[in-house]
Amino acid sequence: MIIANSVSKKFGRLKALRDVSVTCNRGECIALIGPNGSGKTTLIKSMLGMVVPDSGFITFNGKNILHDWAYREFIGYMPQIGRYPENMTIGQVLSMMKDIRKKNSSRALDEELVHAFGLPALMDKRMRTLSGGTTQKVSACLAFLFDPDVLILDEPTAGLDPVSSLLLKEKITREKQRGKLVLITSHILSDLDDLITQVIYMQDGSLLFHKSLEHLRRDTGEEKLSGAIASVMMKK
Amino acid sequence: MNKIIKYVVTDILRNKIVLAYTAFLLAISLSVFNLEDNASKGLLSLLNIILFIVPLVCIIFSTIYIYNSAEFIELLVSQPLQRKKIWISLFSGLATSLLVAFLAGAGIPILIYAPNATGLTMVAMGCLLSIIFVSVAMLAAVTTRDKAKGIGVSVLLWLYFSLLFDGLVLFVLFQFQEYPMEKAMLVLSGFNPIDLGRILILLKMDVSALMGYTGAVFKDVFGTTSGFALALLVMVLWVVFPAWLSVRKFSKKDL
Amino acid sequence: MKRTLHIALCLLIACQHSQAAVFRVGKNQPYQTIRQAIASAGRGDTVLVAQGLYLEKNISITKPLCLMGENYPILDGENRFEIISVRSDEVTIRGFRLEHCGVSSLQDIAAIKIYGCHRVLILSNILKADFFGIYVQSGVRCRIENNQLKASGRSEQQSGNGIHCWKCDSMEIINNRISGHRDGIYFEFVTNSVIWRNISSRNIRYGLHFMFSHNDAYISNIFQNNGAGVSVMFTHGVKMFNNFFEDNWGDGSFGLLLKEISDSYVIGNKFTGNTSGIFMEGSSRIEVSSNEFRANGWAIKIQASCLDNVISHNNFLSNTFDIGTNGSLVLNTFNGNYWDRYEGYDLNRDRIGDVPYHPVSLFSMVVEKNPPAMILFRSLMTSLLDKTEKLMPSLTPENLKDDSPYMKPFKL
Repeated sequence: MIIANSVSKKFGRLKALRDVSVTCNRGECIALIGPNGSGKTTLIKSMLGMVVPDSGFITFNGKNILHDWAYREFIGYMPQIGRYPENMTIGQVLSMMKDIRKKNSSRALDEELVHAFGLPALMDKRMRTLSGGTTQKVSACLAFLFDPDVLILDEPTAGLDPVSSLLLKEKITREKQRGKLVLITSHILSDLDDLITQVIYMQDGSLLFHKSLEHLRRDTGEEKLSGAIASVMMKK
Repeated sequence: MNKIIKYVVTDILRNKIVLAYTAFLLAISLSVFNLEDNASKGLLSLLNIILFIVPLVCIIFSTIYIYNSAEFIELLVSQPLQRKKIWISLFSGLATSLLVAFLAGAGIPILIYAPNATGLTMVAMGCLLSIIFVSVAMLAAVTTRDKAKGIGVSVLLWLYFSLLFDGLVLFVLFQFQEYPMEKAMLVLSGFNPIDLGRILILLKMDVSALMGYTGAVFKDVFGTTSGFALALLVMVLWVVFPAWLSVRKFSKKDL
Repeated sequence: MKRTLHIALCLLIACQHSQAAVFRVGKNQPYQTIRQAIASAGRGDTVLVAQGLYLEKNISITKPLCLMGENYPILDGENRFEIISVRSDEVTIRGFRLEHCGVSSLQDIAAIKIYGCHRVLILSNILKADFFGIYVQSGVRCRIENNQLKASGRSEQQSGNGIHCWKCDSMEIINNRISGHRDGIYFEFVTNSVIWRNISSRNIRYGLHFMFSHNDAYISNIFQNNGAGVSVMFTHGVKMFNNFFEDNWGDGSFGLLLKEISDSYVIGNKFTGNTSGIFMEGSSRIEVSSNEFRANGWAIKIQASCLDNVISHNNFLSNTFDIGTNGSLVLNTFNGNYWDRYEGYDLNRDRIGDVPYHPVSLFSMVVEKNPPAMILFRSLMTSLLDKTEKLMPSLTPENLKDDSPYMKPFKL
């Protein structure tokens, strides 16, 4: 579904991505893992068209995403830190996003998370008054709202309380089962155990490996993802 | 696109700084018109506000707003929207709301207390300068990644347009005192929208003094309808060019 | 007794009647041309001209006559002739419409020319001369009243003056309207004369041009929108009272130019919307008082060559610059004026400000030296320059100041 073809990107002297190639398919739930500054976010942003690669290209359903924007209709993105116009209420943000995307989508809105997080009670709160966790909830809701084929979640559980975190994870599992592609970056590896099917490990802008979780477990002999990753890192 | 403009405008119009700016303009213009014994003196006092405060607030506020909206812009970019449209919407939203603030704070009082050619020109120039400096701010903000640096660039740009440029012009004038400089001055003034706006207002306000010496040249150029139109065109270019450049940069920018 | 008186009175009237005969000119009148009528008329007779168009080339009047038109008969000079030449004292010309007098670059051809005569009256005529209008050469005690002079005013070379007086004395120029000429009213070597209630507007050069003409007065005239305003030069003893000088714009244009003038008075005039209200050069002992200067580029430009002039009790209102000067030498007195820019205070409440007012700004000095700098007027930088100069004067003349500026404008 999303194919990155030897993508490289430099920020000044820093090489954020070095010749990265990945293939992500429908029904997969992929964890993007790596130390800080390893290029995870840059890769995600390249897929979203927010960063333009210096070389290489990315296709979405077989079409090059360069100079294209319509493909993002099929992507739900939850940023690491969501920030919204301070003076708008949650309700306004949601209706604005609906407003913006309405005409492109024929699918029904998926407001399951909105209700699960209890946002309807907070609709009149202004964004600047919200806690980090609530803002994250809004971001999560927005990512799922339009029932997209692809979900890209950047540190989705960071800042969420355990209950909400659990709710979100359940949601992700359900969506995965419905045949969607889910890309997750997270530092909290324990969160990912039950969710993911594949692991992409990145370091210093390079793709170290892209394996299925089973494969990784077999290779490292570790049951838990955290253990498996730790042993990979130790080996290096 | 209109939707984004709508949301940006509603967001900014509720912004405390913009409210304070409107209130400030309103307070100044009302007090100026009520304290001075005649409206033309009031206009004179407002001239400085329009030429210096309006550009300053517009450029600084817009720059800060763009930086503060970085995440929001990211969110928008991750949506199925054309980048060009996002940026133009932001620009239009900023320009519209600052225009509304200016018109509410200064424009309407001027039109009420001094509904003559001078007042009208002043309001028109205030509007144009507002938009121009939003446009310049957009360019400054898209060019520099760092917020502090971006704001610094904006302040410098404002200082340059409102003070340093004129200092340079005066310096040039005295360096080339022996030469006929009138035409060169006209061309030079086109490089500074504040100067251009000021001259167009002066042509209405201080017509008698401008008529002497150099005035003849100015009047010949700006006084005619086509000259006035040309000056307006140059000002519109000052809106379009930085905005266009910033759109191009934004389209390629990594977020 | 009563009867004899009656007879005598009748005789007297009859005599007078026979003395001043009326000669009628017109289509169905005894005379077909004015020239014939004038030839036939005797001293003191009246030639009455009916409505119509008369192409009479030149009409020369050599005896005291009253030449009167009914309903403005048209005398056309066919662009070649001087229409009326007055060569006798005590001639009256009234009620004509004079058009198309000759144009020449060698001679000063006029619609009406007076050659060295006394007590000539030119009353209520309409002139569309397109060259000189009324030309008085060595006239004494002549009166020019209620005439309208309008020329199409092309270039300075191709047009003449409206009312032109040369070497005259005791002239009265009253209530004429003059426009489109080279100079509206031109005085050279004219003494003891008065110019009163005229309107001189849109003339190519000066509304009033005034040279070597001593002890004249001009009062309650309106000079509007003339190429270079009004110019008064090389003269002493001029009284300029209650005139209006308005909208005289342009490079080297003034409301009133005073050049080499002495012992004169400029009182009660209004200067509005001129590039310079008054431009003084080489003038001395002039009293400028009770005038209003409003919305001029410079209210007064006073060159360093002026001395002993007194400028007092004037209102200075919304002028771009109050006073301009070209040097630091100040030999004139500014006293007790109202300046709307004055920012001082009046603690002792005597209606006079407690700190002096300096009417010359730094920027006006800069513009004086470098005229194109005007383009920077009212910019932040020039305002800062002016503010600094106020705190520590360095370029502006320190002693050009009004020590007793009024807090409120005078009621003029």
